[in-house]
Amino acid sequence: MENKLDAKTDYGKIEKKAAVRKRVVSTVTYLFLSLWAIVVLFPFYWMVLTSVKSYGAYNAEYIPKFFTLSPTGQNYVDAFSAVPLGRYLLNTTIFTVVTTALMLIVITLAAFAFARLEFRGRNIVFVLFLSLMMIPNELVIITNFVTVTELNMRNTFSGLILPSVTSVFYIYLLKENFEQIPDSLYYAAKVDGTSDLKYLLKVMVPISKPTLITITILKVIECWNSYVWPRLITDDENYYLVSNGIQEIRENGFGRENIPAMMAAVVVISTPLIILFLIFRKKIMAGVSRGGMKG
Amino acid sequence: MKQNRENSASKHKSEKKYGSLKAWLYLLPALLFLGVFMVYPLVDVFIYSFEEGYNSASQTYFGTGLYNYSYVLHDPYFLQAVKNTFILVIITVPLSTGIALLISVGLHSITPLRNFLQTVYFLPYVTNTLAIGLVFMILFKKTAYSDGLINLLINWFGGSSVDFIDGPYWAKMFVLCFYTIWVVMPFKILILTGALASVNQQYYNAARVDGTSRLRTFLRITLPMISPMIFYLIITGFIGAFKAYSDAVALFGTDLNAAGMNTIVGYVYDMLYGDSGGYPSYASAAAILLFTIVLTITCINLLVSRKKVHY
Repeated sequence: MENKLDAKTDYGKIEKKAAVRKRVVSTVTYLFLSLWAIVVLFPFYWMVLTSVKSYGAYNAEYIPKFFTLSPTGQNYVDAFSAVPLGRYLLNTTIFTVVTTALMLIVITLAAFAFARLEFRGRNIVFVLFLSLMMIPNELVIITNFVTVTELNMRNTFSGLILPSVTSVFYIYLLKENFEQIPDSLYYAAKVDGTSDLKYLLKVMVPISKPTLITITILKVIECWNSYVWPRLITDDENYYLVSNGIQEIRENGFGRENIPAMMAAVVVISTPLIILFLIFRKKIMAGVSRGGMKG
Repeated sequence: MKQNRENSASKHKSEKKYGSLKAWLYLLPALLFLGVFMVYPLVDVFIYSFEEGYNSASQTYFGTGLYNYSYVLHDPYFLQAVKNTFILVIITVPLSTGIALLISVGLHSITPLRNFLQTVYFLPYVTNTLAIGLVFMILFKKTAYSDGLINLLINWFGGSSVDFIDGPYWAKMFVLCFYTIWVVMPFKILILTGALASVNQQYYNAARVDGTSRLRTFLRITLPMISPMIFYLIITGFIGAFKAYSDAVALFGTDLNAAGMNTIVGYVYDMLYGDSGGYPSYASAAAILLFTIVLTITCINLLVSRKKVHY
C-alpha cells in the first residue's frame, strides 16, 4: 500500500520535472532563435537608421546611437543627385528584364523540344546538356571575357546580357514540368490541326505557369544581384549595374565619408528585391529549395 | 488505293524528317548560346592555360607548356589567396552547417512564430551581397570619427577596439567568415527545415513509446534520417566557399591583394582584368588549379558520405 503511494507521488514529481524541463528547453530555443533573428535583421535596421541620419549628426556621433529623433530624407536626395543612382537602377532594370525575357524564350523552346518532340539523339543531347550543369562559371568566364572584348561588345547591353540567357538547370526543370502534361492533350490538338508552336504557347505554357513564374523570380534575383560579369565587362559608368554602382560609390562617390548617403543608396538598391520576396515568399522559398544556390 | 497508302507512307516519312529538323530548330537558340558561352570557353580555357606568354593584344604566344602553372604556383599573391580561401572554407562550412542545423531543429520544435522566423531567416538570400556588405563594413569599421558599433559592443564587455576592416589579419578574417556565414545561412536553414519536416512522425512516436530521451532520439533518428541533406549541404558548401569572392570585395574593396584578403577566384579575376590584369593565361591556369582542388575535395566528400550517410 505504502509502496503504491510512493510510486504515485514519484510519478507526480516526474511529471512536474518534465514540465519544468520542457519550459526550460523551449525558453532556450526561443532565445537562441531570437538571437539569430536579431543577427539577421540588425544590419537592415542599421542601414535604414543610418540612411535617415543627417550627415552632420552621423559624423558627430563618436558613440553610435541606436535611434534618431530627427530623421531626414536628404540622403536619398543626395543619393540620386550626387551619383547616377537612377542610371544604375535603370541599367539594372533593362538588364534584368531583357535577360529574363530572352532566357524564358530560349529555355521554353529547348524544354519543349526535349519533352514533346521526337528526334534522333534526343537522349544523348539531353545527357550532354545535363553534364553542362557541372561546368563552373569561373572556368568559362575567362574566355567569355576575351570573346566579348574581341567582339567589341564591352560596355554594351548585348555584352552584358548574351552570356546569361541560357540556363541548363531551368531547361531541365521546365522539361520535367512539360512531361507531366498528358500526351492525350497533344494528340487531341494534333487532330484539330494545331501547330506545335501554337500548342506550346496555348496549352503547355499556361499549364506550366507556376514553374515559369518560379524560374522568372529566381532569374530576376540572380540578375539584380549579379556582380562579377558586369564588373568585367563594363568600365563605363553609363553601363554600371547596381552592384558595380555601389562599389563605385564606395570607392569614389560622395567623397568617401558620406556614409548616410551611401546607406540611402543601399536601401534603394535592396528594397525592390525585398518587396518581391515579401510578395512571392512561398514561391521563392520553394523554388530555391528545388535548386537555388548561393554561397 | 495502294498508291494512296504509299503516298501516305512517304508523307509520314518526310514528316518525321521534317519533325526532327523542327526539333533541332527549337533547340537551336539554346545550343547556340551554350556552344558559344560554355562549351567553347571550356575547351579554350585549357588551351589558354598551356600557351606561354600569350599576348591578348596581338594574340600571339611563344610556346606551350606548364610555365603558366608554375608562375601561378610561385606567385605570393596566389599562395596568399589559397591560404585565405582554405581558412575561409575550413571555418565557415562546418560552422554554418552546424548553426543552421541547430536553428532548423529549434524552428522545427516550435509552432508559434515559426513562419515569421523562417521568413526573417531567409531575407539575406534576396539581398545584394555587395550592398549589404557595405553595411557590414560600416558596422565593423573603425574610423577617425567613430569606432563603429561592433567595437562599441566590445568595449561594453571590457575589450579594446579593433579595426576589423583595415586592421590585423585575424580580425579581417573574422569579419569575412562572419559575413560569409550570414550570407549562406538562408539556403542551409531552408534545406534543413525541409528535411526535418519530411521525417516520418511514426519514428518519433515509436521512440516516445520506448521512453527514449530527446538527445538520443535526435542522434539516433533525426540525424540519420536527414544525413543525406546534411551531406548535400556540406558538399555544396565546400564548392560555394571555395568560390568566395564578392563577399570579400564587399567588405574590403576591389583591391583585395593590397588588403591581403584575396581569394582564389579573386586572383583569377585580378589576373584577367583591372590594374593587374591582362593575363588570361595565368587566370586560366589559376582557375583550373582551383577546380582541381574543388573536384578533389568533392570526390573525398562523396567517398566519405558513401560510408557515413544513411540513405
